[in-house]
Parts: sequence; structure tokens; C-alpha cells
Amino acid sequence: MNASVLVPLPVVLPLLGAGLALALGRSARAQRVVSVVVLALMVIIAAVLLAHADADGPQVMHVGGWPAPIGISLVADRLSALMLLVSVVVALCVLVYSLSQGLVEYGPDTPLSIYHPTFLILVAGVSNAFLSGDLFNLYVGFEILLAASYVLLTLGGTADRIRAGSTYVVVSLASSIVFLTALALVYAATGTVSLAQLAGRLDELPSGVALLLQLMLLTAFAIKAAVFPLSAWLPDSYPTAPAPVTAVFAGLLTKVGVYAIIRTQTLLFPDSPLSDLLLWAALLTMVIGILGAVAQDDLKRMLSFTLVSHIGYMVFGVALASDDGLSGAIYYVVHHIVIQTNLFLVAGLIERRGGSTSLERLGGLARLSPVLALLFFVPAMNLAGIPPFSGFLGKLGLMQAGVDDGDRLAYVLVGGSVVTSLLTLYAMAKAWNRAFWQPPAAEPDGAAGPTTDLHRKPLRTDAPVSSRVAAVALRAGMAGPAAVLLLVGVAMTVFAGPLFGLTDRAAADLRERAPYIEAVLPGGAP
Amino acid sequence: MSANLVLVVVVGVLFAAGVYLLLERSLTRVLVGVILIGNGVNTLFMVASGPAGRAPIVGQGDVDDMSDPLPQALVLTAIVITLGVTAFLLAMAYRAWQLNGHDDVQDDVEDAAIRRRAERDEVSSSYDDSAGGTMDEEGSDDAAESSEAAAAGVGPEGERR
Repeated sequence: MNASVLVPLPVVLPLLGAGLALALGRSARAQRVVSVVVLALMVIIAAVLLAHADADGPQVMHVGGWPAPIGISLVADRLSALMLLVSVVVALCVLVYSLSQGLVEYGPDTPLSIYHPTFLILVAGVSNAFLSGDLFNLYVGFEILLAASYVLLTLGGTADRIRAGSTYVVVSLASSIVFLTALALVYAATGTVSLAQLAGRLDELPSGVALLLQLMLLTAFAIKAAVFPLSAWLPDSYPTAPAPVTAVFAGLLTKVGVYAIIRTQTLLFPDSPLSDLLLWAALLTMVIGILGAVAQDDLKRMLSFTLVSHIGYMVFGVALASDDGLSGAIYYVVHHIVIQTNLFLVAGLIERRGGSTSLERLGGLARLSPVLALLFFVPAMNLAGIPPFSGFLGKLGLMQAGVDDGDRLAYVLVGGSVVTSLLTLYAMAKAWNRAFWQPPAAEPDGAAGPTTDLHRKPLRTDAPVSSRVAAVALRAGMAGPAAVLLLVGVAMTVFAGPLFGLTDRAAADLRERAPYIEAVLPGGAP
Repeated sequence: MSANLVLVVVVGVLFAAGVYLLLERSLTRVLVGVILIGNGVNTLFMVASGPAGRAPIVGQGDVDDMSDPLPQALVLTAIVITLGVTAFLLAMAYRAWQLNGHDDVQDDVEDAAIRRRAERDEVSSSYDDSAGGTMDEEGSDDAAESSEAAAAGVGPEGERR
């Protein structure tokens, strides 16, 4: 059966759902039903697409019936379909989490009715970026998800979020401008924006022109993916948003940038002269990111820094440009989407249970809520790369690819990734010790001192000083999605064999280029 | 392909002015900068599309005389996107002005906390000087507590929600 009719659905469905949810704005329940149904359908569609892309090769849909170089094509190959499936699963979990969290806790003025439509539009943008077979359509996908993310990040318009949002919006605008300029130059140089056609035409360009185009595209995507030195915006803008919003941003938005880097580097610029530059960027991203995480006292900020740091692993795999390197990078992306989202969701749970995300004020959570401790511990160790979790397998795959490469710089990168992994473990252990194991700051009777002592009282009894979130018991609806993501993370260890098989095949496709190009342009490039 | 010099110069001027404004702190100026650069990019697409020609409608003349329709379609899309982003940025600048009385992009809270600490010559609350300058990952033992209390009282980075 030809599954290509399904290819546009992951873009169309959430957009239709968003319209419907907006029209149903008066009924919160109807909105919930619409968004959950849409995302559940998308999970099924993405799974079917992945199965077909793996069995029958890339599934292509020419939108409007115009063949490839003229019309816009949507392509689901192994990489796209895999990314799509993981993203949609994660998005569904986050949505269920946010249903239960109830954005009400962020104040009565929060415009609830726009949350669901915006979330669906964000998912549509992510799907469009993954499926796009056309550089301009990729730009449109980016803009859809960015516009939605602006709204989600500044939800409620509080002073904190406007401050964080203005940095985020200005940086995103700068990256969009670079991308659009690169697009104009690509079109001027080659006369096409179809990825499959570009693959052939860019090879014929003078190397200087191709290098300039590559650099501009890389800059635009590196800002989105938060690759050092273009990563400083991320730890400042993510933590102030509501927990589910931060979680979905952390899981999906940077990974769309990484996906764009993988796609353009393999399809458009194989034999890249910039792989050394990328390796250095990967090393600096890893090390500087994790040093930032070690220095943090706030859990959400710490997680934002580990997010930046671990982007370095993916760039490392891409820069190696070998089958093993790419396969490791793809596996790592999949692993990291799930784990990082999971950790941010758990951070939201900690904020709810302990009343704060500041490590200085948390304590004794392990006794207070063993379930929460388990929910934090497993993904934290997974992120740090403790065997047998998927973080270990992903890092191992990348390091093996680095050693196989044999270059001196590749060995430096292998060393850097070991150090980063250890420092991640240190940061996670610090968070674990201070939030979970350390006894709640002593509450000796009568010793409650003057006002400076306020912060050291256990927070459950503390009138929140700077955190307006009351500490309350966990709800199954919030812990459930986090637990599901934890299980998905563990499943990536259990099914690591098949998953690595899939990423190996995806990497081989990417390196070969021909399957993608022939699927989009059956008659060869005109 | 021969490029149109006038258009190229216009693109350069728009970009230069736009970048200058983009580097300002006020969101309104950033917005004007974004609009200028947006128009610069759109003009760049016109440069990329080659010489102007007749309307590209099939059957209305020789294909060689027609202008290239694709960049025009791309520019239309880009204009719509710029419109949406402009609307959002205006709303955000207005909200920032409502809240703060100005619409400047503000410093990172962490930067502000570090500057405040440097002025007061404080160390981080989790920094334990008594154990020979080594870091203590627990950060809560007795030696650290006095400085922690002091730091907490004057509001380190934890003051943020």
C-alpha cells in the first residue's frame, strides 16, 4: 500500500485542530478533547509512516499535485518519520500533563483559551519542519513553530515572561533573518529551493559560494539548536515559562534545529570543509554548557544548561559525517528529546511538591514523595549516561564513531564527551543530594530566627516568599505522563538493538543521498 | 546572471540601517530594524529573480520574456510572516512598556545577580571556604549556612520565581 497520502496529515491535522479548538474557546473540555484526539491520531499516523518509510523507502507527497521541482514536496524518510514519531509522543505526554496541571495556577488572568490552539500550531510547525522537502517550506515550518513559541513563552504576559520573551523573540528573529537571507542567496545561486534538486546543483557551484551558503544556513540553524557560541539565549529564556511549555520547548525546538543541521549537512553539503569547525563547536558546546549547569542553583536553569551541553553530542556525531557518527547522533537526538522533556516535567512536579525549584530551598523530597524521587532519579541517571540506560548507549555509539574516525581532534572530542558526561553526573548528583536526600532545612522549635531565616524553613510550611506556587500533593494526571516518558526512555534501552538498526539504516540513507533524491525526483534532476 | 545594481545598493542600505537598529535595546527600534531588514531580504529575492519581465501566465507570450514567479511567491509568504511577527512584537513592546515604563530588552537575571554579588563582594551560598576552598556539593553543612542565610536575606538569584 502506498502510505504517501498520510504524509501531509501531521501538518494538516493539528492546524485544523487548532482552528477547531479556537472556535470552541468557550468550552475548556471541548478544547481538551480536540487536542488530545488530534495528537493521538498523529501518533498513529507517525507510527504508520515510520513503518512504511522503513519498509518501502521515503514516502513523498507533492502538495497540489505539482511534481517536485515546481511544487512543494513533503517527504517522510526514515529520519523524518522517526523524529516525527518521537516528537508527537512527547507532545502528547506534555499535553496530558498540562491538562492536569491546569494553567489556572499561573493566575486568573492567564488566557486559557489560547493555550491549546497555540500548542497544536507549535506541533504543526514542528511536523512541517521535519517533513519538508523544500528549503523554503522548512523556513515556513520554523516560522510557524516560532510564532507559536513566542505566544507560549509569554503566556499571561507577566513581567518575568516579557523579560525572558523579549530576549528569545529578538534572537529568534535574528536567526530567521539569517535563514531567509541564505534562502535568497541559495535561490540566486542555484535557481531552486527544492532540497532534492539543490543536492545536485550545489555540487556544481564554485566552492567559495557553496561555503558561504553553508555557513549562513549553519548559523541560522545553530542559533535555533543552541550550539555554542550561539546558545546564550536559551538558559535565560526557557526557565520562566510554565513547566509544560519549557518541557515541550526543550524537547522539540532545539531538536528541530539539530534536524535541520543533519538534513542540510548530509543532503546538501556532503564532504563538508567545515567538519573541523563543527567539531570544535561541538566540543565547546558540551564543555561550556555543562560548566554552566554545574554552577546553577536553580533546577530549571541547570536543566536548561544541560540541554545546551548535550546538543554538543549531536553536533559531534553530525560533524564526524560517518555512518556510525550519524547513527549515533540520530539515536542521541531521539534519546535526548524524551529524557530532557521528562526532566523538565519532573522539575515542574518538584516545583509543585516542594514549592520551589531553587536547590537552596528544597530538601527531604525523597522521604516526602518517593514516587517523585524515582521519577527524577531514572531520567537524571539516564541523562548522565549511567549504564544500562539509553544515554550510555548513545554516548557509547558516538564515542566509538569518534575513535573509529581516528583523527586527533576526534579523540579530543571523545575525551570532551567523557568529561561532559561526568560533569552531568556531578550536576545531577548535586540536584539529587540537595533536593531529595538532604534533610529539609532544620526546623528547630523556637529557633526560627528573624526574617533572614525565612528561606531556610521547610517550604511546605513556609509562606512562599518568592514562589507563588503552593506546595501540594502530586496528581496522577501530572505524574502519569512523566512516568510514561520514563518508561519510553527505559524502552529505548530494552529495544536498543532494533532502534540502532533503524538509525543505522537512516544514517546509511542520509550518506547515500540517492534514496531521498530519487524518491522526490523520480526522473532525475532536470 | 546579471544583477541589478540599484537593487543591490538598496538591499545593502536597508540591511545596514536594519542591523544598526537591531542592536539597539529598545524593542520598538528593534522592531523597525526587523522591518527594514525584512524589506531588504524581500528586495534581495527580487535581485535573485533576475530581470523583470511580463506577467508569468502560461499562454500569454514567450516564456523567455516572463519574470520568474517563484521568488515573488516566496516574498509574498515572507511579507505575511513579517506582518505576523511585527504584530506580536508591537504587542510585546507595549506590554513591556505597561509593566516597566520602558520597552528595553532587560539583562539576564543571572547577570544582575552576579553584578550585585560582585559589588557586595559575596561568595555563592554553596561555596564552602572552611574546607580549604573545595566545593561542597551538599552546600548545606554548618559552615555554609551562615553565608547561605546572609545570601538568602539579601536576595541572590533565588529571588526569581
